[in-house]
Amino acid sequence: MEHIVIIGNGISGVTAARHIRKNSDKEITVISAETDYFFSRTALMYVYMGHMKFEHTQPYEPWFWKKNRINLKKGFVSKVHSKLNEIEFSDGEKLSYDKLIIATGSKPNKFGWPGQDLKGVLGMYHKQDLENLEKYAANNSICKRAVIVGGGLIGIELAEMLHSRKIPVTFLVREQSFWNGVLPKEESAIINKEITDNGIDLRLGVNLQEIKSDENGNVKSVIIAETGEEIKCNVVGLTAGVSPNIDFLKDSDLEIGRGVKVNRFLETNTPNIYAIGDCAEQHESIEQRRPIEAVWYTGRMMGETVAQTICGNKIAYKPGHWFNSAKFFDIEYQTYGWVWAQPKENEARFYWEHESGKKCIHINYDKNTNQFIGINTFGIRMRHDFFNRVLNKKQTIEYVLEHLADANFNPEFYKLHETEIVAKFNKEHHTNIQLKKKSWARIFST
Amino acid sequence: MKAIKHSGLIVFLIGLAVFTGTIFTGSFHLTSEELDTYLKEKNYTNELIKSELEKAIVTNENLTIFEFSSRVRNAFKTSNGHYDALISKYNAEKNWDKKGAQYQYKIYGKPHTLSFDLAKIAGTGFVKENAVLVWWLTFGLAIIGALLFILPNFKTLGKPGIKNNGIYLESSTNRGWIAWLVLVYLVSFYLVLYFMPDYAVNWTFIFDPISKFLNGGLASQWFVYGFLYCTIMLVMATRMYIKYRHNKYQLIRTTSVLFFQIVFAFLIPEIMTSLNMPGYDFKNAFPLDYDFFFDWNLDTLNSSGAIGLFILVWGIVLTLVIVPVMVYLFGKRWYCSWVCGCGGLAETLGDPYRQHSNKSLKAWKLERWLIHGVLVFSLVMTVVTLYCYFTGAQSFLGINSQWIKDSYSFLIGAWFAGVIGTGFYPIFGNRVWCRFGCPLAAYLGLVQRFKSRFRITTNGGQCISCGNCSTYCEQGIDVRAYAQKGENIVRSSCVGCGICSAVCPRGVLKLENGPEKGRINPTDILLGNDVDLMKFVNKQ
Repeated sequence: MEHIVIIGNGISGVTAARHIRKNSDKEITVISAETDYFFSRTALMYVYMGHMKFEHTQPYEPWFWKKNRINLKKGFVSKVHSKLNEIEFSDGEKLSYDKLIIATGSKPNKFGWPGQDLKGVLGMYHKQDLENLEKYAANNSICKRAVIVGGGLIGIELAEMLHSRKIPVTFLVREQSFWNGVLPKEESAIINKEITDNGIDLRLGVNLQEIKSDENGNVKSVIIAETGEEIKCNVVGLTAGVSPNIDFLKDSDLEIGRGVKVNRFLETNTPNIYAIGDCAEQHESIEQRRPIEAVWYTGRMMGETVAQTICGNKIAYKPGHWFNSAKFFDIEYQTYGWVWAQPKENEARFYWEHESGKKCIHINYDKNTNQFIGINTFGIRMRHDFFNRVLNKKQTIEYVLEHLADANFNPEFYKLHETEIVAKFNKEHHTNIQLKKKSWARIFST
Repeated sequence: MKAIKHSGLIVFLIGLAVFTGTIFTGSFHLTSEELDTYLKEKNYTNELIKSELEKAIVTNENLTIFEFSSRVRNAFKTSNGHYDALISKYNAEKNWDKKGAQYQYKIYGKPHTLSFDLAKIAGTGFVKENAVLVWWLTFGLAIIGALLFILPNFKTLGKPGIKNNGIYLESSTNRGWIAWLVLVYLVSFYLVLYFMPDYAVNWTFIFDPISKFLNGGLASQWFVYGFLYCTIMLVMATRMYIKYRHNKYQLIRTTSVLFFQIVFAFLIPEIMTSLNMPGYDFKNAFPLDYDFFFDWNLDTLNSSGAIGLFILVWGIVLTLVIVPVMVYLFGKRWYCSWVCGCGGLAETLGDPYRQHSNKSLKAWKLERWLIHGVLVFSLVMTVVTLYCYFTGAQSFLGINSQWIKDSYSFLIGAWFAGVIGTGFYPIFGNRVWCRFGCPLAAYLGLVQRFKSRFRITTNGGQCISCGNCSTYCEQGIDVRAYAQKGENIVRSSCVGCGICSAVCPRGVLKLENGPEKGRINPTDILLGNDVDLMKFVNKQ
């Protein structure tokens, strides 16, 4: 029986394992050095915040793996001997495979800052980071102030986490406005305000110069490059993005770029070895996507896809329309299709913001054809299925606005803003779009 | 803010301590005249019980309720024992006439209940004489304290939004010693309420003025319980209003359960009683209202004229027509988390403990056996009871009617619904009864699962498997197991509280009523992936 070995028990590896099991009887082994069982990495923050216990982040009960004959092995893979079809663990143990899937995910970036390995400097990625956080930032008497370096999704999550334990936070963001490489300036401004409204000391447009140590090797302070200001702190969170976690492949035959290079079939340059998830790098970007996509959903989709290929139904990785979501403190964010930080040449934008300054929608469309390209929503939940269909059928922005009631996914009784939104568009564009009533028939039509 | 909360907690604990302490106060004894009146009222013609009670409680001693209760119970025991001995004696002698003559002297009823009735007359002391003052020292202080503890949440919780911060870091909400202490208190409370009501007779004295005002009579332990129930729900609802102030579904739902508890479960029955009607909770549907078809209730309704007939018809229509039709339209939530009293307490007092429901597959299996078992139990009991009621037989299908009614009342009515159902909140979560025991929930669940427009829609491929939904599901549904597969959640146990949707950080879940077609939508490949792959796999 063919032995499929998967390195990494994150969403990509585990999705691949599940689908291989669904489609075949192959022997499956999933390896991780981090935890015994699959857990939701995106949920780690809630463990620190006390919303959940660590076991709640595990989507499957322990019996699941045995029942589905998925072997779990704890160990750190240090080498891949592709000619022998064998992997080697750090303790020297070896395991042979027929097919190998590399799904080792990411690791936090460190840019060689002085002091980046001091005690109290941590990332927010691994389960072990959570343990460090409990040690160095258990409460605000142990940690009088924390400094977070890097303004992405993990950075703002870490800020929210520390804030939940009433630890004062200084948040250093290189950009002039939070996440403005991804979000248009309006959305970015809303998040800036949300951060400062929560009492976070947000510093925009600054870089870290160095982290200073006390006599015991603990963090004492950080120095800001631009101003030379020293900020006293006990914890430094480094959240300046992630990169593929593939150091163990350095001496292997695999072609490596920033990640493990793969073709559209998620195959590496070496036979019988595949790479999926955060650690995989496409030779050429797929449509407008980045060559490396460190996103939960894309990891899952690659897992779904590679399982087909391994089970004999060779199929290219061809993700559908882009979507994503996040939560910035109390503001929920969803996006469907593309809304770039800067409009492209053929694009026009429609933006509506609620008077509270906490809700908005931002629609990107083609200014010549009015074709809908994408939407960002803050504070209003929208139906994935609706926008997927709009994008499939290349509908116009007028169609979307007309059918906003179908798109709405907020809980029942929530105040609806659709009339207001459509009125604003009509006013700005001298159109006469009429909002249609929600229709179950349309929502369920395919 | 912290200081206000802490002082609130102290004031609350003082109120609670005084309330608990009142049990041990007062002195109990009767005069001969009072005893005679009592015996006459009860139609006890037996001389022995008279002399026994006289010996026991017609005294100048200052008996505590515990001494009093024990003496009364002994008196009844002695008297009943005496006649039991005579009965077996005449039985042995085959003296049927004399044997038959003894039965009229036997006194039936639970010993603690007999003692309660006497204690109600016999009690004297500070509590009875200062009911209003004591009300303020107990309920007053506890309410004020609790509100002082809760209202600052408006500030301390932070801005509107889901703030479950620290729930698993605190003893009270993470099964720590505080939680166990609360469990012990609640369980003891229910044991006293159900099985030793005489011990809590002082509590009823506090409520005599209010009871008289509302229904003209003195307060029973059930009046105290009803009032306490409403008060707790009201106070804990303010906590809900603050915690979920950003979520309109929760605000409206909380208001609804409050309204039905206070108006339907409490006020209307009291007012009906004061008008000499049978007090009836119009929203309490059979088989949750398990004694609806008991002979005493049918007799009461029968003898209450038009209103009795109306209640009888309403009760039957409620169960057979209104309940299933509403479940078809809206899911069982319309009852379980919008109307029901048990649900109302679970959603207010129980909200801090909702995360403790067990999400394992084993628990789900146990749930299905237990809850459907109780449903069958209640139906068999009702069939037996009705058969015996109309035929005059003692038993049906070899089951004694009185025995099965007593067993159900004791095991399900008192132990499961009360002692375990509410007492175990702090450790096993707030819906133990609703999930494992309620026969009405089982019935509603069957309708919801097989014939309803209700579902929790999963929003395409947006789930990140974080587990907040499953963690905070009070019914122990592993919501995530469905959401992460892109499947809608259609489960018989879902009470539609809406918290899974509220705590979801990615906007994945929505409770909705829609067409039955497509309600259950198993998928393998989630929305967002290759369209051809989705089609290919989902076709297989």
